Amino acid sequence: MTAVLRSAGRAAGTGADNLGAAYRRLPLPGRLLLVALAYVVLAFGLPTTAVAHVMAPNSSWPLVLFFPIGGYVLLSLGLNVVVGEAGMLDLGYVAFYAVGAYTMAELATKHHWDFWLVLPVGLVLAAISGLVLGAPTLRLRGDYLAIVTLGFGQIIDQAVNNVGWTGGPQGITAIPHPPSVGSVSALNYGFGHDRSYYYLILAAIFLVVFAIGRLKRSRIGRGWVAIREDEDAAELMGVPTYRFRLWAFAIGASVGGFTGVFYAAQATFIDPGQFTYAISVLILVCVVLGGSGNTVGVILGAFVVAWLPERFRQFDKYRILVFGIALIALMIFRPEGLIPSRRRRAEQRDVLVGGGMGAPLVPPEDEP
Amino acid sequence: MKIGFFGALSGDNQALGQHILDGEKLAVQQYMAASPKVAVTIDPFDSQGDPAQANNGAQKLIGDHIVALLGPAFSGESKAANPQFAAAQIPHVTASATNVALAQSGDNYFFRALADDGQQGPADADYLAKTVGAKTVAVIDDNSSYGLGLADAVRAELKTDGATDAVDDHVDPKGQDYSSTVNKIVAAHPAAVFYGGYYDAAGRLINQLKSKGFTGTFMSGDGSEDPNFITDAGGAPAEGALLSSPGADVTTQPNGAAFTAAYTKAFGQGPEIYSAEAYDATNFILAAIKAGNTTGPAINTYLHNNTYQGITKTLKFQANGNVTSASIYIYKVENGKIVEIGTANGGGSNS
Amino acid sequence: MHLHDFVTQFWPSTVDGLTLGAIYALFALGYTLVYGVLKLINFAHSEVFMVGTMAAMWVLHLTGATDGEVGLTLVGALLLAAAVAMAGSAATALTLERVAYRPLRRRGASRLAALISAIGASFVLQQTFEDFYSNQYSAVPRVLAQHVLFHIGAGQVTNIVVLIIVAAAVMMVALERTVALTKLGRGIRAVAQDPETATLMGVNIDRTIMVTFLLGGLMAGVAAVLWDVRFAQTRFDIGFLPGIKAFTAAVLGGIGNIRGALLGGIIIGLLELYGASLFGSQWRDTTVFVVLVAVLLFRPTGLLGESLSRARA
Repeated sequence: MTAVLRSAGRAAGTGADNLGAAYRRLPLPGRLLLVALAYVVLAFGLPTTAVAHVMAPNSSWPLVLFFPIGGYVLLSLGLNVVVGEAGMLDLGYVAFYAVGAYTMAELATKHHWDFWLVLPVGLVLAAISGLVLGAPTLRLRGDYLAIVTLGFGQIIDQAVNNVGWTGGPQGITAIPHPPSVGSVSALNYGFGHDRSYYYLILAAIFLVVFAIGRLKRSRIGRGWVAIREDEDAAELMGVPTYRFRLWAFAIGASVGGFTGVFYAAQATFIDPGQFTYAISVLILVCVVLGGSGNTVGVILGAFVVAWLPERFRQFDKYRILVFGIALIALMIFRPEGLIPSRRRRAEQRDVLVGGGMGAPLVPPEDEP
Repeated sequence: MKIGFFGALSGDNQALGQHILDGEKLAVQQYMAASPKVAVTIDPFDSQGDPAQANNGAQKLIGDHIVALLGPAFSGESKAANPQFAAAQIPHVTASATNVALAQSGDNYFFRALADDGQQGPADADYLAKTVGAKTVAVIDDNSSYGLGLADAVRAELKTDGATDAVDDHVDPKGQDYSSTVNKIVAAHPAAVFYGGYYDAAGRLINQLKSKGFTGTFMSGDGSEDPNFITDAGGAPAEGALLSSPGADVTTQPNGAAFTAAYTKAFGQGPEIYSAEAYDATNFILAAIKAGNTTGPAINTYLHNNTYQGITKTLKFQANGNVTSASIYIYKVENGKIVEIGTANGGGSNS
Repeated sequence: MHLHDFVTQFWPSTVDGLTLGAIYALFALGYTLVYGVLKLINFAHSEVFMVGTMAAMWVLHLTGATDGEVGLTLVGALLLAAAVAMAGSAATALTLERVAYRPLRRRGASRLAALISAIGASFVLQQTFEDFYSNQYSAVPRVLAQHVLFHIGAGQVTNIVVLIIVAAAVMMVALERTVALTKLGRGIRAVAQDPETATLMGVNIDRTIMVTFLLGGLMAGVAAVLWDVRFAQTRFDIGFLPGIKAFTAAVLGGIGNIRGALLGGIIIGLLELYGASLFGSQWRDTTVFVVLVAVLLFRPTGLLGESLSRARA
């Protein structure tokens, strides 16, 4: 059994690796063509009825693509900055998502701000809450950070349940849709405009991927790599580790808030039950499953985690069970995720000597 | 022609959804057995009771061109989905969602085949203050949309009854240790405790109350009207507890006998909570179709303007979609069983 | 703020808080021991506890013990339930170590990978019970009839409260002695301090880690049976909330530190009850986490520091 699993895991891994290598061997025009093809498929192929019958026979497929799939992809990209890039464990990520969603709900229902105006505000407010939470806690070591963020998630949950202006457990209803742009149907929003939301979140995903890609190649991004590989060495070399970690935390938070604004504007109703600890865990799973640190991997991980339960509702009872087994198997046979970051894998090879889990490594020959 | 179903068929709340769907199925089966002019099928959406999935399901059903809907089953998902059905001009009749706010959103396509929490809460408060004669009451809830809504309705009505709301506290329904709440109640020694929430937490609360010497009356709403309430309370502590529900126990009533028999024959087990309400609501929709209404707006007009004699009650809707005559049934735990002991007027504001 | 409530309910809150805290402390030991040795948050420890509550419940049903049993039957049923709960929890902890952690450790996987594996294991254990047993609460026979022994202020001290506090105290002392004085305990401390040197000195790492999980599991088993006695019901997800609290207790006291777990557990139990009487029960958990963050800001390694390796008696 184990042998079968193991070889299957390896085969899947090698397949992904070969594809990646093949893509990188292509000449530039070939790559561009492939990317263009991907755009066309995403824009016109994915949300069609034929695909919908296969992918989501029980729901509106374009809306499933918006949420949970698109929403999880965005959240995972944001959490990936914290976990994958800066190597910090955040178990309360849902809090920032909630900040964004409640910002949209509040400003739009009580002060009649429109979606496009709230979008930057939600992003900034989430980033600020990231700074407020991060400033005192990011001086803590990794595992303490995990518990503090978990606690923060719980506090936000209790707060939205008990503070008057959030509507408490009754939630907030009648959140307005984004105002339509011109008369192009793909830019008109409201009930029934399912595809427009898909395009909206697709645009948001491209934007976030692009922005994070730029960041990774900046001084901050290189700082993150240094922190991840060896924090002490980075500090000695003059990398302001604390500041860079704080940046990562705030940037991750802002993407969470950004997603929350989108979600609230389409859902039109939010309540505390939609921002539970379970989402923090699921998003973390998306990141690690796909391959933390790798954008394509993280997107794939989020897609799988969001789509499978939608498609296989009838197996709902056993879904989390299978999911749990898959997680353990994956971590044993391919701990760097389905599509690991190349850089990450190189790093992992380096740190193996230290033994990530504290206890020293037993040479592989010892294994029964 | 399709009529929809919207509720949990998988996940934690699937039992409730299944009972409602079975009530709808029975009504449609009986309708089809009479070979009607217009054939009707059920188009179910499994919402898993999760508001985050409500949009996807509502748009799916709207895309399937349903003409009317039974559901959504829960209040949370209703808040997300109702505006969409209203925008698509599809009448939606719920047989179980009792949140007050649903009838207050100006949704002209919304109907509710049972009393809401705004009717149940005041009826419960009146029952405690007048029938039981409790002058001080502790009102506790689980901070859920349902529990808090019901408890707040009780709190408001107690004031008008001249009774004192001695303790307000909110327990965590997922928690086990309610000693902080119990300590507050014991210190204030009220004559009665009202709990807004579901049976498992209600069971724990009454158990921990009794073990600290509370001897007053304990009352809870329809969320606790379930045999598991007694199990979760540890048996004896539940004795004498009062439970209220907008749902009548049709299985013991003469007009429910035929329904109970047919239901048991069709599904191999007797009707459960809200099965009968679902059956009545579906029959009302089918009556509209039989009368020649084949579009959403036409069925909507029919539901607004007509009366249907169901097995649970006479269905006649107010302008906001609530039923006009809705009794609240009071149950009591006696010898380890929940028995109906009477009705209280579903008073209060129906606005 | 309800200062009046806080004052009138001070003693009942203290008694209830200590009782809850004693269970948290036992529960927290599993987190602390494993963290001390492996530097790993054993996320599935809450399920180790859950299995214990289930095992104890089944035993109590099987013995045919009814509510309010007396005499030898009572003592026998409780001891048997405790023994089986400890065995069940320990077996779960050992299986976890073998299936979800050891293969990763062998491959030198990152701590993040180990954490995800732990989350996976937690899903598997919970769902096994939910899918194949029940998704409803199951009642545990109340074999020990509660009666009030004496009062402290307005606080009732019942036989159950005394049982929980005494049992927890005995187990804590036994564990600390074991770690401080036995050869096994020395191994644990050695690995916690410096795994590589410990290997060189002839400590069998695999065995030491197994013992660590075993001890953590045994303590969770005791916590589980005490939980059953006090709350008399269980469900597949029963471990989640107390698990978070116990883990917080371990961090608050100084993770890796046995006395820290005791101190942290008691503080959190009291904080919950005091916070609830002061701000309302809906703010219980918030009180706990706000204090945790505040403490970590001033003492980044917890109240007593991380020191399994230096755990002298």
